[in-house]
Amino acid sequence: MPRIVVDVMPKPEILDPQGKAIAGALPRLGFTGFAEVRQGKRFELTIEGDVTEEVLEHARSAATTLLSNPVIEDVTRVEVIEDAQ
Amino acid sequence: MSVEVPLIGSLTDVDAVDSNLSGIRVGVVTFPGSLDDRDALRAVRLAGGTGVALWHADHDLKDVDAVIIPGGFSYGDYLRAGAISRFAPLMEQITAAASGGSLPVLGICNGFQVLTEAHLLPGSMIKNNHLHFLCRDQRLAVENSTTAWTSSYSEGSEVVIPMKNQDGQFVADEHTLDELEGEGRVVFRYVGGNPNGSRRDIAGITNKHGNVVGLMPHPEHAVEAGFGPDSSAFGEVDVRGGVDGLGIFTSVLQKLVNK
Repeated sequence: MPRIVVDVMPKPEILDPQGKAIAGALPRLGFTGFAEVRQGKRFELTIEGDVTEEVLEHARSAATTLLSNPVIEDVTRVEVIEDAQ
Repeated sequence: MSVEVPLIGSLTDVDAVDSNLSGIRVGVVTFPGSLDDRDALRAVRLAGGTGVALWHADHDLKDVDAVIIPGGFSYGDYLRAGAISRFAPLMEQITAAASGGSLPVLGICNGFQVLTEAHLLPGSMIKNNHLHFLCRDQRLAVENSTTAWTSSYSEGSEVVIPMKNQDGQFVADEHTLDELEGEGRVVFRYVGGNPNGSRRDIAGITNKHGNVVGLMPHPEHAVEAGFGPDSSAFGEVDVRGGVDGLGIFTSVLQKLVNK
């Protein structure tokens, strides 16, 4: 079944405390060279049937009303992916 | 339905409460994951009012005169703190009644997060800047004593209120922060150091009408001598004797009884 992927990221101007903590931990494990880490969220909405423009529009609307809070987050992707068989 | 919340002894060193206040009904919403709903009901009763339990999935506000959205982890705080609660059937009624300025609504901690998600208050909450869960007695300055929930305090006075949260860092864009400051809508500010990185030390704000207030610390945990913080901003107290939070609840009752 096709899925719509929604990516949500903290806005660039918002401090991302989780990303910062991860960035601090990476060098301790030997993973150096990463200047910054931002932690976002990925949602997968599975569709029964075809992905019509109407379905996509619903997904976009859900992304901006429930899946993200526009005060602190941006929706960076709303995209259909087909399952690889 | 009013809820009987038994009081243990008469440990409160508050002057005898005004018996006229008992006719004022203050609803407290319980979501799945609310933790401090009973404490809020108890605080209403200790202040002299009548607490009314409300259920998030109901459509009935039960003729309450004011609403408290209590602390806890509504819907487990999945997705974002307060994000799912905003769409609860009862929240739609509360938002409709509160946005016009008539219904007094107080959001405490998770309740504050719910109010921002519901757009009744601006800004949002993110994780504390140090990433630790915070639990401490916090000193606050009362910056606005004209709201429905703060008239029992004098402006510029200080209170000691417990706070306990993980997502308590208040953020908003500079324009919104300037607007909040310019309109006197910062109600409480942290004193003695910023505990979580909140913009401009903001601990609590109100809407344009002053009927909706959100604050991060928990006044319902500072209403009864024997159970409150070890200190108070109003002078010496016994161990666990701080009752600085009671003014929040007497404020709304007094305002409603004088209406």
